[in-house]
Amino acid sequence: MDQMAGQKTSLSIVTNISVVALVLIWLIPTIGLLVSSFRDREQISETGWWASMFPVEVAYRVSPEPEGVTQDGTLYTFSGNLFSASDEVSAQGSGDVSAFGITGRDPGAATPGQTFGRLKLVVSEPDGTTDEENYETSWPADGQPTAPETDEDGRPVQDFYIDRAVTVAANGDFTWVQDGEIGRAPTIYIIAAAPPDFGLQNYEQILTSDNMDRAFINTLTVTIPATIIPILIAAFAAYALAWMDFRGRGFLIAMVVGLLVVPLQLALVPLLQLHNKVGIGQSFLGIWLAHTGFGLPLAIYLLRNYMVGLPRDIIESAKVDGATDFQVFTKIVLPLSFPALASFAIFQFLWTWNDLLVAKVFLPSNSESWVMTVKIADDLLGSRGGDWGILAAAAFISIAVPLIVFFAMQKYLVRGLLAGSVK
Amino acid sequence: MSPILQGLITIIIGVGGCVGYFFASNWVLDKVIFPPRTDDHGRNINRATMVRPWLFLFPAMFALGLYLVYPVVGSFWRSLFNRSGEEFIGLGNYTTMFAEEGFRTAVFNNILWAIFVPAAATFLGLLVAQLTDKLKWGNIAKSLIFMPMAISFVGASLIWKFVYANDPDIGIINAVRDVLGADPIDPLQIPFWNNFFLMVILVWIQTGFAMVILSAALRGIPEETIEAAIIDGANPFQIFFKIKVPQIMGTIVVVWTTITILVLKVFDIVYAMTGGNFDTEILPSYMMDYMFRDDGRATAVAFVIMIIVLPVMVWNIRQARKEMN
Repeated sequence: MDQMAGQKTSLSIVTNISVVALVLIWLIPTIGLLVSSFRDREQISETGWWASMFPVEVAYRVSPEPEGVTQDGTLYTFSGNLFSASDEVSAQGSGDVSAFGITGRDPGAATPGQTFGRLKLVVSEPDGTTDEENYETSWPADGQPTAPETDEDGRPVQDFYIDRAVTVAANGDFTWVQDGEIGRAPTIYIIAAAPPDFGLQNYEQILTSDNMDRAFINTLTVTIPATIIPILIAAFAAYALAWMDFRGRGFLIAMVVGLLVVPLQLALVPLLQLHNKVGIGQSFLGIWLAHTGFGLPLAIYLLRNYMVGLPRDIIESAKVDGATDFQVFTKIVLPLSFPALASFAIFQFLWTWNDLLVAKVFLPSNSESWVMTVKIADDLLGSRGGDWGILAAAAFISIAVPLIVFFAMQKYLVRGLLAGSVK
Repeated sequence: MSPILQGLITIIIGVGGCVGYFFASNWVLDKVIFPPRTDDHGRNINRATMVRPWLFLFPAMFALGLYLVYPVVGSFWRSLFNRSGEEFIGLGNYTTMFAEEGFRTAVFNNILWAIFVPAAATFLGLLVAQLTDKLKWGNIAKSLIFMPMAISFVGASLIWKFVYANDPDIGIINAVRDVLGADPIDPLQIPFWNNFFLMVILVWIQTGFAMVILSAALRGIPEETIEAAIIDGANPFQIFFKIKVPQIMGTIVVVWTTITILVLKVFDIVYAMTGGNFDTEILPSYMMDYMFRDDGRATAVAFVIMIIVLPVMVWNIRQARKEMN
């Protein structure tokens, strides 16, 4: 007995752990998208979203105005603090320089406490003349620079002098030294830890300057009529197929079941031609009609299955009392079928909201008519392929509404799925 | 006119028109054509009863006929003509297509999809359904695994770009490789296996569907059969494979075929992830390459898909008829 009980707990631990693992695997991709959509775009390119809670090392470019310049021979010097010199850097709040440099090529060439600078090397040519060339190096702040004996091409170095150099301390204090007068503000690069930067800037940009708001409204415009209209048509048909006796009923039900699996692809070319011929063309009206047609088999099938299961007594006693079919349908069957209507409404809503194929074919291809899926697939993935923050925000805008509907009405969705699969 | 206003008007016209049609046609039938108050009012009521189903059915049948039945014929007919649609070329579109390397790749990949995706989604769905069955927080776990069902294929593709990206600061796979010291790779450009990386996205979406249905089926198994097995000394694995799975085999087949049908329709994932490059084309995306450019070819591809789906359609119809009798 003890052994059996022991087995059971170990089995349940294994079960719990594997379910946790599965759920994590399922969630991680979506969490990545969600987190990335709120991150600053520079931080996204520096560290992965899984490290987004930690400070990010970001390179800043600072150009301090030369103030209080002193002169020593040909060398001009001024000093100050890099964090107070730039609004952008001081806004980040953190006061720790982890590396610095004087070129954008290598913004973290030296560590705080060192001096980094550009030397002018005087090298002798084989023909006896001399030449000058740049040489970048770092040296201890209290020390002196050293130059190599020969340059890259193997020419001997005769002499050198400092062209420009900067000493930066970890707290941002710096001293700039330059050969000759300091005409304009020098450029210093520092790498400093920036605290995690979360915000709505990606959403703001995608909604204001990228026309995603327009696409959102278009999606909504496609979805709502395409959800409501088929329900009504299907409900009447489902009632006839469930509760009215007539020849050919069995055949029609079989036909609806068969049409459930007809691939949409077949309908695209002939219907677009038809729409063009009757003057609808590529338009919202066209896509509403198309979605209505494509959604009907499932709608009729789901609603009929549900209506058949309604208690026969209620319907027959209503008929005995003199109610017509029309009254039975509107007063009794329709209200009782609410759960099935809700199931189908959710299906159709999710399907039309998420659809790309039908929208690409039946809507005009100009940018004013793009729905969100088309906007993301045809526009953003191309033009903003590397802009992950914008892409993430756009994707999240497009999946937010379905997710809300999903979590709010999951009960009906599950019920519909169970009724919709042919047993 | 703004699309919103247009949409509102359409809802009003559509819904109002439907209600109006049903109401008016019934009224006309009862009051004008077959009024029950004349001499032969019994016969008139019977006649009205015979006609009424067709009033209820007419809009739906019309829409179904126009949007789903006509295209089967219309597509096939169009596929017999050349690109411009003026010249009848018989099965010319089909023969050139079958001879083409790209089409054969698409068919081959589509077969891979049609095997792997339903198998993996059904298996994982069954696994999750069984594991969460007796779990206290099973419903939360299920609802989280079910969640991708609500996400569009395009959205899901974008989500998975954050997994597959070849920048180790964006893509998780390459981040892991980076930690292990391996060079970053682009999973979507690895020949042959890139197909499977795309399939994973659809498996991720469809597992929830399989799970919901199979979970309900597992709950429907009579307790006595399981109790009897426990008394006979069966271990949990034997109970699962020898008692439970055989009893829900019918449902497993339904889930499997439903996902198979879906696989043959989904073009969004390939379209958004690779655009059909790197030998990842499947039939639906192959068709979209020709849509708007060569309708003859596009309809021929669509018809090939239809023929692949046909056996499932016949099977579904037979099941439905069996159920009704």
